[in-house]
Amino acid sequence: MGRYVVRRLLMMIPVLLGTTFLIYTMAWAIPGDPFASRCGQRPCSDAFVAAETERLHLDKPLPVQYAYFLGNMAKGDFGTTSNGQTVLEATEKAFPITVKLTVVAITFELVLGIGIGILAALRRGGYLDGFFLFTSLVAISFPSFVIGFVLQYLLGVKLGLFSVTVGSGAPWGDLILPGFVLASLSLAYVLRLTRASLLETLQADHVRTAIAKGLPRGMVLRKHVVRNSLIPVLTYIGADVGALLGGAIVTEGVFNIQGIGGLLYHAMRIRENATVVSVTTLVVLIILLVNLLVDLLYARLDPRIRYE
Amino acid sequence: MFSKKTEELGKPEVDENQPLLRVRDLSVVFRTREGSAQAVNKVDLDLARGQTLAILGESGSGKSVSAKAIMGILDMPPAEITSGTIEFRGKDLLTMPEKERRLYRGQRIAMVFQDALSALNPVYTVGEQIGELFQVHRGLSRKDSKKKAIEMMDRVRIPGAAARVGDYPHQFSGGMRQRIMIAMAIALDPDIIIADEPTTALDVTVQAQIMELLAEMRRETGSGLILITHDLGVVAETADVISVMYAGRTVEHGPAVDVFANPAHPYTVGLMESMPRLTGAGDRLYAIPGLPPSLLNIPAGCPFAPRCPRAEDICRQDPPPPAVQLDGIRYAACHFAEEVVSHGIH
Repeated sequence: MGRYVVRRLLMMIPVLLGTTFLIYTMAWAIPGDPFASRCGQRPCSDAFVAAETERLHLDKPLPVQYAYFLGNMAKGDFGTTSNGQTVLEATEKAFPITVKLTVVAITFELVLGIGIGILAALRRGGYLDGFFLFTSLVAISFPSFVIGFVLQYLLGVKLGLFSVTVGSGAPWGDLILPGFVLASLSLAYVLRLTRASLLETLQADHVRTAIAKGLPRGMVLRKHVVRNSLIPVLTYIGADVGALLGGAIVTEGVFNIQGIGGLLYHAMRIRENATVVSVTTLVVLIILLVNLLVDLLYARLDPRIRYE
Repeated sequence: MFSKKTEELGKPEVDENQPLLRVRDLSVVFRTREGSAQAVNKVDLDLARGQTLAILGESGSGKSVSAKAIMGILDMPPAEITSGTIEFRGKDLLTMPEKERRLYRGQRIAMVFQDALSALNPVYTVGEQIGELFQVHRGLSRKDSKKKAIEMMDRVRIPGAAARVGDYPHQFSGGMRQRIMIAMAIALDPDIIIADEPTTALDVTVQAQIMELLAEMRRETGSGLILITHDLGVVAETADVISVMYAGRTVEHGPAVDVFANPAHPYTVGLMESMPRLTGAGDRLYAIPGLPPSLLNIPAGCPFAPRCPRAEDICRQDPPPPAVQLDGIRYAACHFAEEVVSHGIH
């Protein structure tokens, strides 16, 4: 187990190098002048361009630039944003907001996704089952920005139940609606996965054994059906945590949330490559770590799985 | 809350003077998209304390379905019990409310399943799975039920029980897993143990050990054993009474000794002849020609007639009398039962 973790951690190094190089290359490969909007309405002075070119090593070949970038990163220098903040500071401010949004979204997935999934499986073929199979299909079919705008308009603007945008500091109350929108796609998958997994487990031989042992129906369901059928569901949700922590560019855009997604979106628009590359690297790292945790969790949930 | 819980603990009261198990006229139909399959057709079964009843038959003969009906673990739907009674000590299990019926499972009637690997829950330790019986039915604490689990594992002779109580089913060999199934079945000292092909999934060398263990446990607990199998060798060694099933019906029933020595139904004769023997080496192994009928469409006359070497026109037209009595103690559902007993089928 310990060896397995060490091996997985070591495997992250080439993955991180590969992804950062690709992101770095692609960020600079986008055509356009990196100084186009740096100096307000006027073109930047030659002295500024020369200084910046020197600072960012823009006159060197790409691999050399990348090597400088890695070197700086190793020293803990992740670059600065255009408004003078270091990228690290900007990330430190944005990340807690994304974490909060993720917590809200995952709560929806866990409570509604699993809850309704179980209910639908137990009432298989009933009205409730049919209704949620249909709504989950709708959620899967629509892009999240459509769901976002529609709910923002109906629940926020028309009914005034939720605030339309998220205030500074992202209070929990403001995050309910965006959290739901962010969760909607995964919520639908979690619901369907739970339902299917439960229906399969209900047919399992060991459930028949549990009934033959004279266990009460509720206990058979809780202990021998739900527990077993949630293994794939929790693995899916675990992987989703990683994806959500990486920032939700669209949802954060729709609700004006200043999280990782918003930071990336803004940086990409004004071609702040240092920020884009650094933040993306961080996101990749988070996803890798969360995936490792999910794999370890999987082994905890299913004793048949052992990592050597 | 507390008083309600204690009410549900312990075995349901029964009248010990009534017969242990009395199944009459049991019919089970499976409703499928292709039609209704008559899986069990008017079956009678009796089991006394300390007795071993073997239900013999091919797959699809209805032997497992009958056992599941007795146990109350049929999936309904698609299954439906269309007629009959299953009386345990005089109480009809079929008309009993599910709440009460549950208390018979595990405590009065317990079951050993065929494939222990899939019949055990992969995510709980074997100790937890044996122990939960004591928690639910005896109200024991987690700690005490674990002790009980170790005790049960010792009783079915699992080496190092105390060390292995925390292991998961996949960490045991097939034979050991089946021992755990048996430990669960005898845990609450049931009156009836139903073993549904308990050795089919095991190596031949382990099969004998498991059968020996089952017989030993039956002797120790004094319970009745229903052994469902297609293995005649197993039956010959352990059964007191044999019921032979074919296409959902009991075709022959009687003391094991008599049925073995002198079968009264041509199907039983065929089964005996298809058993490998040590004598007569060099002969081809006999196989009953043809296949059992589809349960969706059982022929009008005797269901075995199309495969029966003894069949005459009457067999194809009229169903045989369900129980031709022979020697006062055995029955066969055959027009020619008496002749088969006295002259064989050839």
